[in-house]
Amino acid sequence: MTASTETGHPNVLAKAVREGLFAGVIAFFMFLLFVGIETYQDINNTLVWRTRWGLLAVFVAVAAVGRFLTVGFIKPHIDRRKLAKAKSGVLEISENKSFFHRHFLKIALIFLVLYPFLSLMIVGKQGSLKYVDNFGIQILIYVMLAWGLNIVVGLAGLLDLGYVAFYAVGAYSYALLSSYFGFSFWLLLPMSGILAALWGIILGFPVLRLRGDYLAIVTLAFGEIIRLVLINWTDVTKGTFGISGIAKASFFGIWSFDSGTTNNFVKAWGLSASSVYYKVFLFYVILALCMLTAYVTIRLRRMPIGRAWEALREDEIACRSLGINTVTTKLTAFATGAMFGGFAGAFFATRQGFVSPESFVFLESAVILAIVVLGGMGSLTGIAIAAVVMVGGTEVLREMAFLKVVFGPDFTPELYRMLLFGLAMIIVMLFKPRGFVGSREPTAFLKERKAVSGSFTKEGHG
Amino acid sequence: MAPGTTTMTNGINGDTILKVEHLSMKFGGLMAINDLSLEARRGEITALIGPNGAGKTTVFNCITGFYKPTMGMLTLQRRDGKEYLLERLRDFEIPKLAGVARTFQNIRLFSGLTVLENLLVAQHNALMKASGYTILGLLGLPAYRRAVDASIEKAKYWLDKADLTDRADDPAGDLPYGAQRRLEIARAMCTNPELLCLDEPAAGLNPRESAALNTLLHQIRDEGVSILLIEHDMSVVMEISDHVVVLEYGQKISDGSPDHVKNDPRVIAAYLGVEDDEVEEVIAEELDGGQR
Ligand SMILES: Nc1ncnc2c1ncn2[C@@H]1O[C@H](COP(=O)(O)OP(=O)(O)OP(=O)(O)O)[C@@H](O)[C@H]1O
Ligand SMILES: [Mg+2]
Repeated sequence: MTASTETGHPNVLAKAVREGLFAGVIAFFMFLLFVGIETYQDINNTLVWRTRWGLLAVFVAVAAVGRFLTVGFIKPHIDRRKLAKAKSGVLEISENKSFFHRHFLKIALIFLVLYPFLSLMIVGKQGSLKYVDNFGIQILIYVMLAWGLNIVVGLAGLLDLGYVAFYAVGAYSYALLSSYFGFSFWLLLPMSGILAALWGIILGFPVLRLRGDYLAIVTLAFGEIIRLVLINWTDVTKGTFGISGIAKASFFGIWSFDSGTTNNFVKAWGLSASSVYYKVFLFYVILALCMLTAYVTIRLRRMPIGRAWEALREDEIACRSLGINTVTTKLTAFATGAMFGGFAGAFFATRQGFVSPESFVFLESAVILAIVVLGGMGSLTGIAIAAVVMVGGTEVLREMAFLKVVFGPDFTPELYRMLLFGLAMIIVMLFKPRGFVGSREPTAFLKERKAVSGSFTKEGHG
Repeated sequence: MAPGTTTMTNGINGDTILKVEHLSMKFGGLMAINDLSLEARRGEITALIGPNGAGKTTVFNCITGFYKPTMGMLTLQRRDGKEYLLERLRDFEIPKLAGVARTFQNIRLFSGLTVLENLLVAQHNALMKASGYTILGLLGLPAYRRAVDASIEKAKYWLDKADLTDRADDPAGDLPYGAQRRLEIARAMCTNPELLCLDEPAAGLNPRESAALNTLLHQIRDEGVSILLIEHDMSVVMEISDHVVVLEYGQKISDGSPDHVKNDPRVIAAYLGVEDDEVEEVIAEELDGGQR
């Protein structure tokens, strides 16, 4: 231990060389058959093989040199830094933060409000479609979903693997009610939320007496059941074809975004026709919905119910010994989370104009959960950052045409989305095991508000 | 009900707070408690002692609703005369309606919440009502704000009693062991109980912490709260309790004042597992040594 904290120490270098060689040998045998040998079909369609020693050598060299550098230089450096930090007694959460740090939320909010204009100014109308829709709206939908799930998983500690079910309920509520009855978006938005919350209660009631792994599995099953119902109840949902032509949201009934109507927004303002105005409008709608979610979450955390959620995550038995009805407390968490999922679903339906069961697969639940975990369970800021990184990252991947130059013309970066997702999760969990923001803000204080380090909070167990 | 038991309405006379009658608890083939009857008087500290595995914690779990007793009746009388049959209430209703609070043998704090938050969570039911089940609270009505202020005052009061005021804004998990024990008691007190059940509160405390605990318990009793206490440390039991019940293998073997119990040969035999004369001496020595 002591020897490894000094670089250049012969012991360290010897160890680094040894480990480097060892890693090289392992890499050689690991990649020998996968990389060293390639099979292909020749002109006669017979399978033949050839060797790729050069490539294999690169793999082995990367492993060996990488290990050598890690053990010999990087690790001692990190250890020394840690030691210095511990010696000087500086805490992880330092008191004097930078200006950007302290005003991060305000700056972020101002940026978000200006974002559509900035993008219109910089890349013009056509370019903005991509930035406002693919990046802005897409990310904000996930922010909202993750904030909604955060109430269930991050605050109440109930592992819900079927959250996408409520997203689906919201989306289909809007799609069906608007196409069958012609109700407007602004009426159906709250209704979708309420319907989703209702489903949350209906599903939650039998499920919430289960704990931990069992709860996770049953919620996962419920997510799948909802999807299968959507696929198979073809009379109502049109099955896998999905529902198309879903009505657009209007500007509170004053201006419409459907072309050809008399109160068309573009006409009313004398603008040149472009779908970008609708996208900008939608951007602000989802931004407002996100703010609503954040506001409600922050307010609820300081209310008795929110504190009971967090207490439930910490220790359910202690909660019961204090007279807290854990069933109703869990149900309210489940229903509140579901309600925001429902809002997001209704928004999703009006934005796409089309819903099908394909949008509500388990993978979506997993992605939303991954965002919550990466961000730091319970932390709104951390989760928002995680959503930007994860969702924005996958959108950026589509843009990376230069990767084709490196990996060949058949390379489609989007397909490696999940691989990168996983890689990012592993890296974050290695360096920040509690997510981007691991500490928790106390909801009340006597003298000073001190952040609670993540090492004290629990993840909940059902 | 077996013939001979008193009727429910006046089964308890004024100074009895908890009456346990013919309580039995079976785990599979194991009779953890076998036909146990005991009474705890209002305003007193009643100690429940016995060797490991005697069934003390099981009695607590039955009283506080975590276990449904196989048989028996648990009657609690509140100060206003209302009686509750604890075995018929659900676990969370017992603190809420019957006013029984408890602590756990293995401390159960909300370790990621601050000390203050722990005490606020304990006032959940009162605050829930004041916040109109969250809806009125979201509007920030003055009545709710007053209730919040009152809850913080109460938390401060118990922080002071438990000598935790300096640590109010620290996570509960960060406190030293003795302070965690005191916090768990303070948290239980924030539910406004009439009967406080403490499961080995002195376990693992050093002599100084143990003395602080005794002071806290006396203060609680002086507020008019009755205490039911499980304790292994005989010095603590003899010093603070008014009434001692001794369990062995799920059955009551002795019941009376500390002095009476101390000299009961059955207790001595049970507690030390031997019935030698020398053992009696050992106990006497231990008691003397434990007294301050
Ligand atoms: N949930 C349970 N399931 C099965 N057996 C149990 C259960 N709870 C307690 N027991 C058994 O009941 C008996 C009494 O246990 P209990 O915990 O009440 O003892 P105790 O007097 O509190 O002991 P200690 O002094 O060690 O805390 C033990 O034999 C124990 O194994
Ligand atoms: Mg016990």
